[in-house]
Amino acid sequence: MDPANAGDIANLGVVVGGDAVAVIDTGGSVAVGAALRAAIRAITKVPIRYIINTHEHPDHVFGNAAFSDATFVGHHRLPAVLAERGPYYLQSYRDQLGPDEIAKVRIIPPGVLVQDESTLDLGGRVLHLRAAASPAHSHCDLAVLDAASSTLFAGDLLFVRHVPVLDGSLMGWLSLLRQLSATPALRAVPGHGRQVVAWPSGLADEQRYLATLAADARRLIAEGVPLGQAVARIDQAERGQWQLFDDYNPRNATAAYGELEWQ
Amino acid sequence: MPTRRETFGVGAATALALLARRARAADDDPWPSLAAQIFDGKPISSGADVLAIDAPYRAMDAALVPVDISILPGADGARRVRRLTLVVDANPSPLAAQFEFGADAGIDHLSTRVRVNDYTNIHAVAEMTDGALLAVSRFVKAAGGCSAPALTGTANAIPLGTMRWRLLPQKPDAPAGTREAQLMIRHPNYSGMQMNQLTRLYIPADFIQKLRIWQGDRPLLAVAGGISLSENPEFRFRFRPEGTAPFRADAEDSKGHRFHSEFPAAAV
Ligand SMILES: [Zn+2]
Repeated sequence: MDPANAGDIANLGVVVGGDAVAVIDTGGSVAVGAALRAAIRAITKVPIRYIINTHEHPDHVFGNAAFSDATFVGHHRLPAVLAERGPYYLQSYRDQLGPDEIAKVRIIPPGVLVQDESTLDLGGRVLHLRAAASPAHSHCDLAVLDAASSTLFAGDLLFVRHVPVLDGSLMGWLSLLRQLSATPALRAVPGHGRQVVAWPSGLADEQRYLATLAADARRLIAEGVPLGQAVARIDQAERGQWQLFDDYNPRNATAAYGELEWQ
Repeated sequence: MPTRRETFGVGAATALALLARRARAADDDPWPSLAAQIFDGKPISSGADVLAIDAPYRAMDAALVPVDISILPGADGARRVRRLTLVVDANPSPLAAQFEFGADAGIDHLSTRVRVNDYTNIHAVAEMTDGALLAVSRFVKAAGGCSAPALTGTANAIPLGTMRWRLLPQKPDAPAGTREAQLMIRHPNYSGMQMNQLTRLYIPADFIQKLRIWQGDRPLLAVAGGISLSENPEFRFRFRPEGTAPFRADAEDSKGHRFHSEFPAAAV
């Protein structure tokens, strides 16, 4: 995120039902959220009733204030995670968004919490929500299936072209993806990268990246290579396959090493 | 083994924190007053001929910053390093750890992981057997490491205080008769600055305060630790193993829990 893109880096979703619109993530600033709201208004008069946040990251929740009259829906752990990390996010994204945009941001926790699986009826169109049982990409990932269009809104459980970012648990993410791949959908909307990919084949690159991350980290741990030296040697075969590789791969490698050395 | 300066009470940590803050208000570099406090005002010379410190300039995870200290070959002549002090200058509790080297352990390399709360110098100060203090430092860009939430990995299921010990594969460039060892302790090493996600209250500080490692009755390394050491503290050191006596380690955390483990020397 930076002032030039105003936090507009994540894919956002809109599902229009008979009597309610659901928005899936609101973008990385109130300006992005407001632009999304205007775009929805241009296509339908159905009220925007539900804002679903797929997880706690700023590029997915900082636009919430543009929809403050709606009902917010999220993972049952999202309120606690936002309470804990929200102030830190506001502080650390100040430079990236600029003081004017950051001043508008409100951390709005969900009022409707998803424990495991749940549905939202938009009027003749039902969304299926699934909360991850344990950390995966983040600490409270939520996937949304729109059966009517056979589309899975995967949030940041799915990255395409944009290198995956690990902020939860590598083993948790890999195991969740094995379950998620069975979701009956023809296409998926990733959190970052392309807007739509075929499902589940669109998952293959990310699964390979994460599996290699785990395999490399395990091997270097077993060889006794210390963290400081291991990071630059993890997942290097994936270099060139992903945008922003050098921005995020070292962090992912550090997190993977820290997680796997106790296995 | 010598026991001086072995415990790092939270009281001492707080005093140092206040000192660090005061120092920063007056002058941007907290080191001079920190050094005076930690080393009783004794003169500290440059240690560049004797020591080398390495840490990533830009840390990938501020809660898990590897720091690596080497004692340069032949540099210390007749005197040797008796104690090594690791200071993360800008941390709320700057004194991260003190390491006492066993007299005949032959330690010439040591690494661990620290939390880094703000852009900072990390100092390593060697106290030589002749009493001289020699310092080297390294600047690290990282922030928020002391308040970062605990890890969510597989270690959580492992009982508190579980220790893992490894003699690592010999490197081709290692001096004959030396081995690198790794000791890991499962412990959250709570800094007192982390928040419980459910209660939204700060988790009280609880950290590994003392650790001692022997081979048989021969002391190898003793560590006095503070809250600036990372979760699941990890120590690596290169030393000279002798004979077939098993390795053993004793640890104690700031709540008084004691942990003990023994490891066979068969692999030496
Ligand atoms: Zn994310």
